[in-house]
Amino acid sequence: MAASGSRSCLQYLFHLAHDNLDFRLPEIKALLALRSKPFHPCESFKEQSPFWCLDHLSEEDVCTVMARSVCAKSAFELWGHGQTHSELRTSLLNYPQEKMSPYMQKGSSYRINVDTFNKTLSFEERIKKIDAMDYLPFEGTVSLKDPQHIFCLLEDYGMDPNIVPEQPNYIYFCRWIADGQRELIRSYSVKNRHFIGNTSMDAGLSFIMANHAKVKENDLVFDPFVGTGSLLVSCSHFGAYVCGTDIDYNTIHGKGRSSRKNQKWRGPDENIRANLRQYKTENMYVDVMVSDASKPVWRNAALFDAIITDPPYGIRESTRRTGSHKDKTKSPDGLYAESHVPVSQAYHLSDIFTDLLNFSAHHLVLGGRLVYWLPVYRPEYCEEMVPLHPCLQLISNCEQTLSSHTCRRLITMEKIKEPEDLDSLAHLSDPRFSPYQGHNAFREKYFSGLNKRSGKDDTKADVSGK
Amino acid sequence: MKLLTHNMLTSHVKGVTKGYPLLIKATEVKVNEVEFNPKFVCRMIPKLEWSALVQAADQLGHREDLPGELVPDYEKNEDFLKKVHRVLLEVEVIEGSLQCPESGREFPISKGIPNMLLNEDEA
Repeated sequence: MAASGSRSCLQYLFHLAHDNLDFRLPEIKALLALRSKPFHPCESFKEQSPFWCLDHLSEEDVCTVMARSVCAKSAFELWGHGQTHSELRTSLLNYPQEKMSPYMQKGSSYRINVDTFNKTLSFEERIKKIDAMDYLPFEGTVSLKDPQHIFCLLEDYGMDPNIVPEQPNYIYFCRWIADGQRELIRSYSVKNRHFIGNTSMDAGLSFIMANHAKVKENDLVFDPFVGTGSLLVSCSHFGAYVCGTDIDYNTIHGKGRSSRKNQKWRGPDENIRANLRQYKTENMYVDVMVSDASKPVWRNAALFDAIITDPPYGIRESTRRTGSHKDKTKSPDGLYAESHVPVSQAYHLSDIFTDLLNFSAHHLVLGGRLVYWLPVYRPEYCEEMVPLHPCLQLISNCEQTLSSHTCRRLITMEKIKEPEDLDSLAHLSDPRFSPYQGHNAFREKYFSGLNKRSGKDDTKADVSGK
Repeated sequence: MKLLTHNMLTSHVKGVTKGYPLLIKATEVKVNEVEFNPKFVCRMIPKLEWSALVQAADQLGHREDLPGELVPDYEKNEDFLKKVHRVLLEVEVIEGSLQCPESGREFPISKGIPNMLLNEDEA
């Protein structure tokens, strides 16, 4: 696949960050789908590679995707590529002059970067590589500080860190267009966030979830297990109006023990609204409520553009819903004291998913997406375990490994039709839910490979959670 | 609690068939300025129960001249959209309660946050 032949339309090269590999393709696809563009890779496409060459896009499409992506580092207009430097040269000399010349004119300034994957080059080696590009008719002047145009020589030394070849496996030369949003991972880090909890979602994954959900400006997004609102933070950053509920009164009101190491109690203004204020998106805050996700508090209508959530699995937090096994009677005067706390009972994992999928089928707009995490005991995992619903189409299913035998999977589904009476029943009888039916059975397996100490810690957490 | 949220909430008390809209009993109401966004308001209007919104604004004394019927061609009517924006996103119930219209059960609102939890024998 030496690079030559005429290219009628431009090709774009995406340079992807080499982490969260599973999450990258669904993210880029979702962001392209927001612009109604298909994902159209060139023939040699390999999902695991950090370099993806895409067809049938405009520069504007590319810029819009980069304005959202946390999986992509940068995007480029591809000018030439090949397996060797001489192939690259042939490819570049075949590239239409009129497409290059606007960026190489006299009076313009430019810079050439050298970026390598799976190998680090010395400064001298880089300069040598840049000098070797002198067959290109650059007429502008070099400006390292503030160039008008940036070009990039990208060398791919393969995927195996133990076998690094002398020469690159593949080389690209391209014009830089835009960087992705990797910076958000740092600037939204949970470390610097005003209000956090034990299970606050990592900033990078929160943005990935918002992207998988195709959250866009002026959407209304809902998180039924909102916790400290990490997912609302990322969705509001992308211009969506956000709301959420949680069964935990203390979390919603920002009371109780702090999750920070050096702080015992939460401060007076530690809450979700203050988090949005911290990131200047308080305008996007609708409401949070204390509510049980298993109860129908929402009017039966397609209210939400996206439902994005990290349900409790009883692994790092307890799973609860209101209700009691006992036949409790009211106090003699027939009223509950104002301070009465409803008894909560264990919320079985299978019920969490049943409720979540049914809720989404009823309350998402058509085309709206549900994005949530599914905990998995890896030795027993098969694709058939992923819960299905007749109104929701599975879009993607990405693994995040947690240990040798546990992981969680980010599931994305899209609503394809309005529910009919039979739909929810059909899904309840689905045998796929069996692995999650015995909630504690799953949890025991989940912890079976861990050392004794953390297993004991968990038992404690479970007891105090009830 | 904003009236946008109120418009989407219903009572889920056991046995209740007409749990919508919830009555608002407010002891403290605040108006917080929120940036006007006509696009969002236009997107929300078709999802609203209009009469419930007007009724809620009325109960809080913030109806002003919000019409009883949705006006035609509201997309181009900035004046109208601003009024809807105000009642949807700016008027907030800080303290008070929401009451199920059928059973009379009250859901307390404190510090702007409704508590929709029911006791074990009510759900």
